[in-house]
Amino acid sequence: MRELDVARITEAVRDLAIETNIHLPEDVKKSLRQALEKEESPLGKEILQVILDNHDIAEKERMPICQDTGAAIVFLEVGQEVHLTGGALEDAVNEGVRQGYGEGYLRKSMVGDPVMKRKNTGDNTPAIIYTRIVPGDRVRITFAPKGGGAENMSEVRMMTAADGIEGVKDFVVDRVSRSGGNPCPPIVVGVGIGGSFERCAMLAKEALMRPIGEPNPDPEFDEVEKELLRRVNNLGIGPQGLGGRTTALAVHIRTVPCHIASMPVAVNVQCHASRHGERTI
Amino acid sequence: MKTVELRTPLDKEQVADLESGDKVFLSGEIYTARDAAHKRLVALIDEGEELPFDLEGAVIYYVGPAPARPGQVMNSAGPTTSYRMDVFTPLLLEKGLGGTIGKGPRSKAVRDSMVKNGGVYFAAVGGAAAGIASSVKEAEVIAYEDLGPEAIRRLVVERMPLFVVNDTKGNDLFEQGVAEYRRED
Repeated sequence: MRELDVARITEAVRDLAIETNIHLPEDVKKSLRQALEKEESPLGKEILQVILDNHDIAEKERMPICQDTGAAIVFLEVGQEVHLTGGALEDAVNEGVRQGYGEGYLRKSMVGDPVMKRKNTGDNTPAIIYTRIVPGDRVRITFAPKGGGAENMSEVRMMTAADGIEGVKDFVVDRVSRSGGNPCPPIVVGVGIGGSFERCAMLAKEALMRPIGEPNPDPEFDEVEKELLRRVNNLGIGPQGLGGRTTALAVHIRTVPCHIASMPVAVNVQCHASRHGERTI
Repeated sequence: MKTVELRTPLDKEQVADLESGDKVFLSGEIYTARDAAHKRLVALIDEGEELPFDLEGAVIYYVGPAPARPGQVMNSAGPTTSYRMDVFTPLLLEKGLGGTIGKGPRSKAVRDSMVKNGGVYFAAVGGAAAGIASSVKEAEVIAYEDLGPEAIRRLVVERMPLFVVNDTKGNDLFEQGVAEYRRED
């Protein structure tokens, strides 16, 4: 057994919270630069340029790219040969969020009670934590701050086998169409198919972590992704929804097996500030 | 489409001259408010109480900024999605509100109310929050400090870059833009 003090996890979460909110992954920036080249709308071009300039300002001034520094989504892959010491794993993650959002001057966007009091917790905790036990003696942390505007445009639908792939495609296009300018397009569209009601939503979120430009490992779904990207961009929503040819930068699909009676489908919408980063300890 | 220098409080004639698609540089005092603050503002109006700022010709910016660092006037401060405020906005427009700043489209009720009451809706670029902060020259919390990022702040902005989305003639830049770039599959 490898012993690992959870303080190392706190430290990693703190650093990831700050850095992911200031620096976008290179694949996202590259995709936005390509969109600027291709965009036909003059207003769309102007908006894409403002978005790209904002990345430079954020990095230079060490300010968050967006004031909505998100709910702290944390994926943990914990090696089964790791023995965690020094405290509870989830407490360590929340402490990292508390420190990162405090020291990084990031916005605290969590309310303690979702309906009645809606009082801000003041430190952006609790994080939303998903833990998997995997082979090995490492801990891999993926941190993805998720803004509310795009998350609000997401949806789960329990479809049927009869709906088929055409039904899935129509659902994705319809969901993006109804979202319009709300989720801060150009967006990234994560699609999860299969599993169960909650599993497909997880898949859709995980699909957003795939680098833009990396093809789907399944050639059939890779074709579906390309078709969906074309259809979504043909909606004309464009940057910020003010019209243009760039509504989405990418559509990413993940699938898992499911029950014979079901075909759960989830669409998770991600704004153009597609922030995520990872660290392995 | 034209470029306009505007100063708050907005007067009705200036607002009537604006057209969807115009580029605006806005200067002067504006007020921040989002979901929770709107709920309280509308409750005050319902009870006949005085609001924390004068609504006449005022501009509300839908934003919850990131907290400022020591010595910094304003940290990142881009717009939040406007539709969540749609249920509150017609009443505020009736009471004199001149304009709102946010991102994403407004409901029919809000658009109709802007035509009726002479209001305007501006879009700021969502997610361009670090850049927008540089046009904020002063910031102070004037109400509801307990709401944290959702408190009402008085900002003084200088040449804040905006686009006119909804004008007083009922035009909508979202509808116009999408219609122009929509293609058949």
